[in-house]
Amino acid sequence: MSRPDVTNAPYLKLDHIAKSFQRGASSTEVLRDINLSIADGEYVAIIGHSGCGKSTLLNIIAGLTPVSSGAVLLENQEVNSPGPDRAVVFQNHSLLPWLTVYENVALAVNKVFGSRKSRAERDAWIRHNLALVHMTHALDKRPSEISGGMKQRVGIARALAMEPKILLLDEPFGALDALTRAHLQDSVMEIHARLKNTMIMITHDVDEAVLLSDRIVMMTNGPAATIGEVMEVPLERPRKRLDLVEDPTYTHARAGVLEFLYARHKAPSIAA
Amino acid sequence: MATAKLKTAIDGGVRPDQPKPGPQTAEIIPLKRAEEGALRRQAGRFGAWILVSVLPPMLTVALLLLIWQLAFSGPGATLPPPSTVWKEAHDLILQPFYWAGSQDIGLGWRVLTSLQRVAIGFGLAAVVGVAVGSIIGQSIWAMRGLDPVFQVLRTVPPLAWLPISLAAFRDANPSAIFVIFITAIWPIIINTAVGIRNIPQDYRNVAAVLRLNSAEFFLKIMLPGAAPYIFTGLRIGIGLSWLAIVAAEMLTGGVGIGFFIWDAWNSSRLPDIVVALLYIGLVGFILDKFVAAAGRFVTRGTAAS
Ligand SMILES: Nc1ncnc2c1ncn2[C@@H]1O[C@H](COP(=O)(O)OP(=O)(O)O)[C@@H](O)[C@H]1O
Ligand SMILES: [Mg+2]
Repeated sequence: MSRPDVTNAPYLKLDHIAKSFQRGASSTEVLRDINLSIADGEYVAIIGHSGCGKSTLLNIIAGLTPVSSGAVLLENQEVNSPGPDRAVVFQNHSLLPWLTVYENVALAVNKVFGSRKSRAERDAWIRHNLALVHMTHALDKRPSEISGGMKQRVGIARALAMEPKILLLDEPFGALDALTRAHLQDSVMEIHARLKNTMIMITHDVDEAVLLSDRIVMMTNGPAATIGEVMEVPLERPRKRLDLVEDPTYTHARAGVLEFLYARHKAPSIAA
Repeated sequence: MATAKLKTAIDGGVRPDQPKPGPQTAEIIPLKRAEEGALRRQAGRFGAWILVSVLPPMLTVALLLLIWQLAFSGPGATLPPPSTVWKEAHDLILQPFYWAGSQDIGLGWRVLTSLQRVAIGFGLAAVVGVAVGSIIGQSIWAMRGLDPVFQVLRTVPPLAWLPISLAAFRDANPSAIFVIFITAIWPIIINTAVGIRNIPQDYRNVAAVLRLNSAEFFLKIMLPGAAPYIFTGLRIGIGLSWLAIVAAEMLTGGVGIGFFIWDAWNSSRLPDIVVALLYIGLVGFILDKFVAAAGRFVTRGTAAS
């Protein structure tokens, strides 16, 4: 597999990003000096202890949270407001409970492609994206009527249906049981292989990070968290979780992340 | 639960005292039994509904009527007992829609006239209240500045608005409608604003990523997101409207149910007043249930999840 060229023209560039939250007179520095370049089609996982600022970083890339200093550059253009080119799969699915599965995806498709696609084309596109995540059997169900894993699938379909340049996933499978999670991880790998889109995923699951990503970005503990280390995962795709159990590259990568998280940058509560 | 029901359904089909079915084949026996069980279950549910929801209020009413009858039967009683009410005003109960001249009409017509005023006043209050509440709910400073003011205005009784209203409109009908409007609007504004404030940040993020414009955001996120709160406000508002209409009509005249009470009082027809109170209570009850049902229908799915 040819690795996309990162050095020449970064697709997405995080340039000296810092973020402080003001609350009254006091200010907490959450992120400091974040620099990262991501290539088109790359799958990047961000891992770090809870509260270090992963969600804040993802929201900055999404444009939902403004930076304090620095810039996010997408194809050399600064982005500082949210848009469908950077679709987000939220941690708690964020489906609108008053809309059906179909309508939730339709809301996005009609907004993004309202002027470019005919009604029939949009309908086909909605169904196509729900088929990608195997949810066509529940088109008319409301979010309260389907399981957590299914909601997360619909959230992914909604994000994919925007045809984003970058898909941002904030601990997308964090609230799911192990079996459902494995299922969805396979779905995401399949989608990534098929669509070759750029994905940035936050996770706190070491195996998930190694299994899915091309690179793992490891963050130090807050306050003033930054990128501690970036690790390549040179595993061939398509990856099969069963084959990887014994794979030395896999075990090595896994050990590297574990060492970073639990030896060099223990969670504050564990360290104390 | 389901298996328990199924079990009773099957058990119900094999009562030992029943004659053994003759020529029926084995395949259709379970079907017949299941159907029989379903029927019986339905009948049982209806019986349970009567027992739980109909019987207790009926008994209470009967008991109250009895106490009332006993308390006001003696000589020198100031109010009519139920028997007198029935004797002198049963035509009002039995014929709600008779028509014999402009002031001699059934209580049904009067209630409809009042309801028409309520519909206009409450309809305006609903539209304006939701619109104003949405704007206020969007801004923390509007909320801080206006909420205390509204909380004060909210407590002004309907009748207190009437003189101002009469002075401003110089006509009875618009004044009555205005009183309903101004009485009903505060809970609608306040509840809508709170509902908008409580829309989860997640939904706002979804709207931001999609770049919904403000009209789309209002129709697709704000209104449905705040619907449970809005309907709470509407339900309080319709109750207050009905309180206000009777008070306003007592003073403004016309053919409404409120004026009927005032008129009956002036001509000492106490039994008529008792019947009118009954109408008002029942209509208010129905209005409340109606708005609650509309709210349940509109917000199905929203409350859960
Ligand atoms: N809107 C905000 N205002 C103030 N502090 C915030 C805000 N959002 C996040 N934080 C703080 O920033 C830190 C990082 O939060 P977050 O990015 O959610 O961490 P993670 O996703 O890695 O668990 C936390 O200490 C949190 O309290
Ligand atoms: Mg987070």
